[in-house]
Parts: sequence; C-alpha cells; structure tokens
Amino acid sequence: MVHFTAEEKAVITGLWGKVNVEETGGEAVGRLLVVYPWTQRFFDSFGNMSSPSAIMGNPKVKAHGKKVLTSFGDAVKNMDNLKGTFAKLSELHCDKLHVDPENFRLLGNMIVIILASHFGREFTPEVQAAWQKLVAGVATALAHKYH
Amino acid sequence: MVLAAADRAAVRALWKKLDGNVGVYTTEALERTFAAFPSTKIYFLHLDLNPGSAQVKAHGRKVADALTLAVDRLDDLPSALSALRELHTQRLRVDPVNFKLLGHCLLVTLARHYPGDFSPGLQASLDKFLSHVTSALAPQCR
Repeated sequence: MVHFTAEEKAVITGLWGKVNVEETGGEAVGRLLVVYPWTQRFFDSFGNMSSPSAIMGNPKVKAHGKKVLTSFGDAVKNMDNLKGTFAKLSELHCDKLHVDPENFRLLGNMIVIILASHFGREFTPEVQAAWQKLVAGVATALAHKYH
Repeated sequence: MVLAAADRAAVRALWKKLDGNVGVYTTEALERTFAAFPSTKIYFLHLDLNPGSAQVKAHGRKVADALTLAVDRLDDLPSALSALRELHTQRLRVDPVNFKLLGHCLLVTLARHYPGDFSPGLQASLDKFLSHVTSALAPQCR
C-alpha cells in the first residue's frame, strides 16, 4: 500500500485546490483518446471522434472527463485508503468493462502532463513526484480487482 | 517502422522552436525522472544527483544531442542510434522501461514550458517519436 508523507499530502492538496476539475478532466480524457487511439474502443457510444478537434470538442468526452477527475478528488481526500475508495470503480473497470490496467497508468500520466501545462513553474520536480505517486496509487487501486 | 509524415513535420517544427535550448529541457527531464522515479538513479550512482548538478547538466546535453540526431535522421533511427543502442543495452544494461519514464518526463517538461504549443496533436506526434527512439535504443527483439 502506498504511503504519503505529510509534505506530499500538502503538495497534492495544495495544487488540487486550484484545479478546474471539469476543464482538466475533459482535457485528460480527450488527450488520452487522441494520443492513444485504442482507448477509443471503450467509448464507442461517444459519437464523433474522427479527429483531435472532434475529440477535444466532444461533449460526451468532456462529461466523462469531469466524472473521472471528480473521482480523482476522492483520491486526494482519501490518500491513506485508495484501495477502499476505488473498490467499486475497480469492480466496474475490471469485471464489467475489462479495461487493461495499463490504461489507468496512461491516464494518470496524462493528468500529470496537463497539470504541468496549467501550473508551469509551480509544477516543480518535487510536486510532480508527489502527483506521480498519487496517480500510480490510483492506478493500482483501480487494477486491484484483477489480482 | 517509420514515423508518419505529419508526425515528422510536427517534431521537426518543435525542434526548430526549441533551437539551442534542447539541453535545458532534457536536463530538467532528467531531474524530474530522478525525483519522480527514484529507481532510475541506480544507473547514475557515480554522478552528483543534487538539483543543479553540473554532471546531470552534462548528461542532459548528451541526451539532447542524441534526440537532435534522432530528429535529423527520422528516416533511419535504428542505424542512427546503433552506437547508443549498443552502449545502453550491452554495456550499461539499462532496463528499457526507464526510457519510457524519461520520455514521459520530457513531455511533462515541454508541457510546462510550452503550454500554448503543446496541443493534443503535437503531444501525439512527440509520444510516437519518443517511442520510436526507445525502440531503436532498446529493441524488444534481441
């Protein structure tokens, strides 16, 4: 189980307070679908995903992004119990949707990249390190049902 | 496997914009890699890895030169990077996963410094370029 120091928690919650969940979520899922096109197979019902601009502008992509990043907010509030926090979502993603866990890591890294682009100078190597730990922890928690 | 024309154009255009500063960004990428993924430090125990280290900067310049060479020789990465492949696989025996980690940190660095340019399309092209470089440096078939 991943353990966060007090400094790491402070760094993560400090940045999270400034994140626009709706915008960042939409961007994260959108970029995932653009950069890793195979992920589109999980979102067949989303409609037009024929180009990067179609994907980034797709309202269903944005809505799903908001959902995804809102649940990341749960992770930020429950860093000491990621497994418990994501138990139901793990069941959904593993047992029902059959998502390859590698994709959780790809999305986590995508969130880190977007935070870097939004926060610039503030997103120091130390801040990135704390966030990498969180996204890795979430990816592991989501993949738990496969184990 | 060769990078598609649109991806090549995008990478070349970015490299032109980065101009002589590639070394600054690869050095930052290395610093980020060491901070976020501490296991990567095992390959550099002979270096001073403290922030601002001149030795890390020197290694950053080597990485920059290699990537710039790759950008110039997109038609034939395996041949262009053959000496580096031998160094990293035979002599240094670097676990290939580490190239992915450095590649990710380079994307983070570029997103941090060039947010306006870092469109989803450019990110996709860069991601493909870096995975081609990784394949040339650490091929799965041995």
